[in-house]
Amino acid sequence: MSYFTEANARTAAEVIARYPRPRSAVIPLLHLAQEQEGWVTRDAMVEIADLTGVTPAEVLGTGSFYEMFRFHPVGRYLVNVCTNISCQLLGGEELLHHVEESLGVHAGGTTDDGMFTVEEVECVAACTEAPCFTVNYRYFHRADSDTFDAVVADLYAGRSPLARGAQGDHGNLPAHGTLGRLRQHIPDDRRAGVVPPEEAGEEPVWLRTTPATAPSAATSTTRAPDA
Amino acid sequence: MPEPTAVHPDDMGYVPHAAGFVANEGPKLVSSRFPYEDSYTLECALATGAYTGLRAALGRTPDDVHTEVRDATLLGRGGAGFPAGVKWGFCPEGVWPRYLVANGDESEPGTYKDRLLMERDPHQLIEGCLIACYALGLSQCFLYVRGEMALAQERLAAALNDAYAAGYVGRNICDTDFSVDITLHWGAGAYIVGEETALIESLEGNRGMPRLKPPYFPAAIGLYGKPTIVNNVETLANLPWILEHGAVAYRGLGSEASPGTRLFAVSGHVVRPGVYEVEQGVTTYRDLIYGLNFCRGIRDGNDLKAFIPGGASAPWFFEEQLDLPLEARDVGAAGSMLGSGAIVVMDHTTDAVKACLRVVRFFARESCGKCSPCREGTSWEEKILERILDGHGRPSDLDLLLDIGDNISPGPYPVAAHGAAALDAVPFPPRQTTICPLGPSSVAPITSALRRFRSEFEAKITRRDGIPVQSAPVADGAPA
Repeated sequence: MSYFTEANARTAAEVIARYPRPRSAVIPLLHLAQEQEGWVTRDAMVEIADLTGVTPAEVLGTGSFYEMFRFHPVGRYLVNVCTNISCQLLGGEELLHHVEESLGVHAGGTTDDGMFTVEEVECVAACTEAPCFTVNYRYFHRADSDTFDAVVADLYAGRSPLARGAQGDHGNLPAHGTLGRLRQHIPDDRRAGVVPPEEAGEEPVWLRTTPATAPSAATSTTRAPDA
Repeated sequence: MPEPTAVHPDDMGYVPHAAGFVANEGPKLVSSRFPYEDSYTLECALATGAYTGLRAALGRTPDDVHTEVRDATLLGRGGAGFPAGVKWGFCPEGVWPRYLVANGDESEPGTYKDRLLMERDPHQLIEGCLIACYALGLSQCFLYVRGEMALAQERLAAALNDAYAAGYVGRNICDTDFSVDITLHWGAGAYIVGEETALIESLEGNRGMPRLKPPYFPAAIGLYGKPTIVNNVETLANLPWILEHGAVAYRGLGSEASPGTRLFAVSGHVVRPGVYEVEQGVTTYRDLIYGLNFCRGIRDGNDLKAFIPGGASAPWFFEEQLDLPLEARDVGAAGSMLGSGAIVVMDHTTDAVKACLRVVRFFARESCGKCSPCREGTSWEEKILERILDGHGRPSDLDLLLDIGDNISPGPYPVAAHGAAALDAVPFPPRQTTICPLGPSSVAPITSALRRFRSEFEAKITRRDGIPVQSAPVADGAPA
């Protein structure tokens, strides 16, 4: 029996088709498995190996290199607190201490109710917005203990905390495993097609017939920049 | 479509929806769309001139486009600062297919620019990728986004779907015979994957470990053994502007050696930390840190202790280097690097040992484990700094730290050319006993902090009788 749900199996096939070699899809498919169950199971790795033509050990070998993949269950919400240099200078370690105290777990641990897993992480690229933490990889900038407490209260009350987070990110906060709430989809009639490395072909057609044929004139209107 | 959001004075110049971005004065080449709240949509992008650069490129021969980029002297924005047009020229003749990998695995501590570019203006990046593919005959583009950046992945997926539907990506782009697919790919958390050969390993479905050199550039042998161009997101984001306005206009901005603008992320103890698009060469570190148009000085009127001038891998600078221009050549000659445009400012309240340990711990955690000097060395550096900070340091530890550093990045180190700037000989650019520069990068904070603030380290090391160790004053590392 297949590990992936019917919808995810279709997604997996689509993802694999975007690469010249199926092995390149190992990391995207590990993400897909994590999205389905919140963590990567043995069955998932066996299935991914099958789909990409490698051994299950190779799937684990690749997956275990990357810290985002979890091979044991984690909480519904993964709280990552940055303590790297920019955050440390502005209180990242104190924020982590508060998170650990208020949830009653050390970094690396999961709360008894399975809601939260806490991690101390390296730079998440929000250095000017220090200190910061992420919940399921959604950013909360210039955070203090009050910000964190409010986010926890929101999640226990079933509300999305994203409005408190980084400006411009709205909507629901999905459970751990889901990254993008939207996927790339290439329509068949628009697909240029992958070019496998084995195809020792010639140069692409537009290099032979250049300039490419006159493109239609720009239709864009100009909008005034900065107000 | 909403109008660009006016900057409210209470926000100190921040653009509310583009976290951290400050729309200050000066030319804006890559951040011009950030003030629009809906800047990531195709509608807004088209209304503000997106894909004009692509159309300009398609009206010319690919060789022409390559020449334009080479003439612009577009320096790579990922850290090494290698000219993109020259890198493009390393593809061997007659070997097909060739691939493009856009490096969006931004993880250097202090660096925050590629995430903004991907979240706020995905169409600009897509356009840049297409221009590179057209110029070099690249058959497919892989957009490698850092795994932790969920919103960036979402915005890029939506932008790609819209661009495919509108005929800007895929088969017969803009009704020409130029066809290329862009595949959105994302990582899963590993700093080392930002190194271009590790990035390629990861994209092939392997552990992200750098490949043995030579070849030094994957343009020769890259993805699946084929010629591959790896460019940073900010580098690619500059291409639409260059194609629209030309290399001459681009060279009219910035300095001769480093034309154009750069995004600088200034974090740490400044009044207004933020991401600023700055013309290279004409602005100094002092302007950026103290200028009213920029960071407005150190918080609480405190004194500057040190600053990291270009990401955690860069040797630290001090007050004497404040007047250096933000320009790769001058910063390099002074013994550090502009790197990824990340400036971290530390005021006088900062514990130098603690800050040094935090940066070193990063490299220890992120070492991929392939080369022994880095795998073993970085974790020993971390352990020794930890015990010094915990009060269990030994008098020999300081020399031991330098000795370990010497094993990862052997001396004699190049001495800083700016002797007058009183900067010690910091090990940059580093020699290395490793495949990639990750290990040597861990030596930079140690050498910088130890030479300048040796007395702070010594004060934390006590003898058995509880008296702090004081060694003879060192001639070459006099504290301020």
